Amino acid sequence: MDPIGIHHYLYLSAILFFIGAFGVLFRRNLLVILMSIELMLNAVNLSFIAFARHNGSTDGHVAAFFVMALAAAEAGIGLAILVMLFRNRTTVQADDLTLMRD
Amino acid sequence: MDAILFYILAFFAVLGGLLMVGLKNPLSGAFALILSLCSLAGLFAMLHAEFVFILQILVYAGAIMVLIIFTIMLLNLKKEEIEEAPVGWMRLLLTATVCAAAAFGAIQIFGDVQPVTSQVPPEFGNMETVGRSMLSSFVYPFEVISLILLVAIVGVVLLAKKVI
Repeated sequence: MDPIGIHHYLYLSAILFFIGAFGVLFRRNLLVILMSIELMLNAVNLSFIAFARHNGSTDGHVAAFFVMALAAAEAGIGLAILVMLFRNRTTVQADDLTLMRD
Repeated sequence: MDAILFYILAFFAVLGGLLMVGLKNPLSGAFALILSLCSLAGLFAMLHAEFVFILQILVYAGAIMVLIIFTIMLLNLKKEEIEEAPVGWMRLLLTATVCAAAAFGAIQIFGDVQPVTSQVPPEFGNMETVGRSMLSSFVYPFEVISLILLVAIVGVVLLAKKVI
């Protein structure tokens, strides 16, 4: 086994990001879509931290902190919209939300 | 030792992600995501990112996941509301192929990355160094983030309130 370098972290980050992207594209449950977005944001955070470690600079940590703050805001607003949708339409399936299409 | 720890944490991170995408019940998915987020926190610790490691546990695995789980429990979804419309094999295959190809492409690009340093000082990534950098070179983005959070709080209250 070769020592763990920056590549390993970046590969893992790419894999996690595209697992999240698959969840967003494939699943129809809005809750799962929101959670997949969280996973994608986290994968990006992992590459930020890996680059920060291997460039010897803490700027990446600050970027990861900003991503986390944005993720918190996104989760809050997304869930509020979801609760409102469920109250009005009694569904959490993205396929049922066709008001703008028909 | 580092390699073994990395592979264990990476395995659980990927497993949690796959379970989250694959499981029907969103609540089980949320718990799988917590597994993934905690493994990622361990990876951050391995990368000397002490501050981000603590934030990951507190903010992600703590606050955000509690918010999501609370919402899932609050909605109290019935079985037929969780059921997703059946999807064709074609769509599954197409989405999986596109995502796998994109991941493969990203891995190809990342293969060219060369690390600049292999050693970091012991104080690298602790709260003091990150806080200094955050409040000196990144002070404007920091203020903007606080504004965004304020707007998000007000927006969430307005959205979720039944009668304004």
